[in-house]
Amino acid sequence: MQDEPTAAEILPAIARFLRETVTTDHSAHTMFQARVAANAVDLAAREAALAPGFDAEEKARLKALLGDEGDLLALNRKLADQIADGTLTLDTPGLKAHLWATSMAKLAVDQPAYASYRRAVKRRGG
Amino acid sequence: MTSAPGDGPAAALSAALSSLGARLFPGHGSVHDLRRLSGGASQETFACSYETGAGLRPLILRRKPHERVSALAAGLETEAELLKLAAAAGARVPAVFHVLTADDGCGTGFIMDRLEGETIPRKILRDERFSTARAVLARDCGEALALIHSVAPDHLPSALRPAPGSARVAELQSAYAAIGRPNGVYALALRWLADHLPDDPPQLSLVHGDFRHGNLMIDENGLAGVLDWELAHLGDPMEDLAWLCVPSWRFGEIENPVGGFGQREALFAAYEAAGGQTVDPARVRFWEVLGTLQWGLMCSGMAEVFRSGTDPSVERAMIGRRASEVEIDLLDYLAPLTSEA
Repeated sequence: MQDEPTAAEILPAIARFLRETVTTDHSAHTMFQARVAANAVDLAAREAALAPGFDAEEKARLKALLGDEGDLLALNRKLADQIADGTLTLDTPGLKAHLWATSMAKLAVDQPAYASYRRAVKRRGG
Repeated sequence: MTSAPGDGPAAALSAALSSLGARLFPGHGSVHDLRRLSGGASQETFACSYETGAGLRPLILRRKPHERVSALAAGLETEAELLKLAAAAGARVPAVFHVLTADDGCGTGFIMDRLEGETIPRKILRDERFSTARAVLARDCGEALALIHSVAPDHLPSALRPAPGSARVAELQSAYAAIGRPNGVYALALRWLADHLPDDPPQLSLVHGDFRHGNLMIDENGLAGVLDWELAHLGDPMEDLAWLCVPSWRFGEIENPVGGFGQREALFAAYEAAGGQTVDPARVRFWEVLGTLQWGLMCSGMAEVFRSGTDPSVERAMIGRRASEVEIDLLDYLAPLTSEA
């Protein structure tokens, strides 16, 4: 489950920025924001390409861990609750691998250049 | 963002600073190059210079134009007091030049000397100009923190908020609950913090509270000054050492845990040599995990700031999507990968 705001929320903000700011204000700050917007477009493209597959894998892992069905948000709520109350710990088979896989799936969309992510990709044999 | 004075509030500030200058530097005191610097939402920071009669004196004004109080901010009068105490303890900080009074007509706050140097992390960590500084920064930071923590508690302003570890964990629990989106890694970190909460130190110290890139003025020789005391509080001194080591301030230099420029051993050794208490690495580690989670929750909170329209900018949305960086960093602390591929 990717973090928020979602690509669907970010794209209209990019359109608004292009229409309302880029056309009227050519300051250095706008140029900075333009680079941020370009990165955001890249993120949205990665989310569209990768998130559906990641979500399906995450759901399968959660189903195995929790022995439960439901949508991703509900399953994640149950996961977080069971970690908080100690039902699930790092000694629980599959929990550590699940948490890494889920966070790595977020980074692959959000910031694949992040140095700790790249190190983890190597360590996980990817 | 910088903006030139000329509109109403800026023109009013310029006029008020001119009349203050005339009182501070009789026969001189004209205001030059007044401009707003980027800063927090509750406070404004301006740069300007006064003509002293013996040349221009570069200054920084920190002020609150209106009374907007954040629960976590120490308050500008307190900040000015802390700068004076830190300077008296020997720490490198900007000298407080004038504390504003109601008669000055500039709001509440203070004027301090403007230090020369750089605060932008990527320049400090990559530019050749700072290569000598990088070699001594961990030591300089350790010394500065030892001096800051040495301020006698009974000299500290009464407005300082006590925030030992137990209170901070409770704050983060609340922040996570307020965001309302379940997150397994955050839940794991909160559980770990609750299980590893150290005993409170026998006496809480002055803690800067935001000792990291952006608030450290750095020149070619090393640390030139410690800025932005807005989050100062009474706490565990290990918190300041740890916050500087939080992975979010390494800017790609992940083999250098101290701000991307140094090793923990050098920071701790300098801290102890300058009179700081014996460093307990396990305690520092607790505060590193806490600080990392705190930064993650701050990023996650940006989704609501974006969505609510408080700041609907793409930049704000993209800060929200940096929370996942913190998840990897937390897992590196709490569930490290063991096999090297």
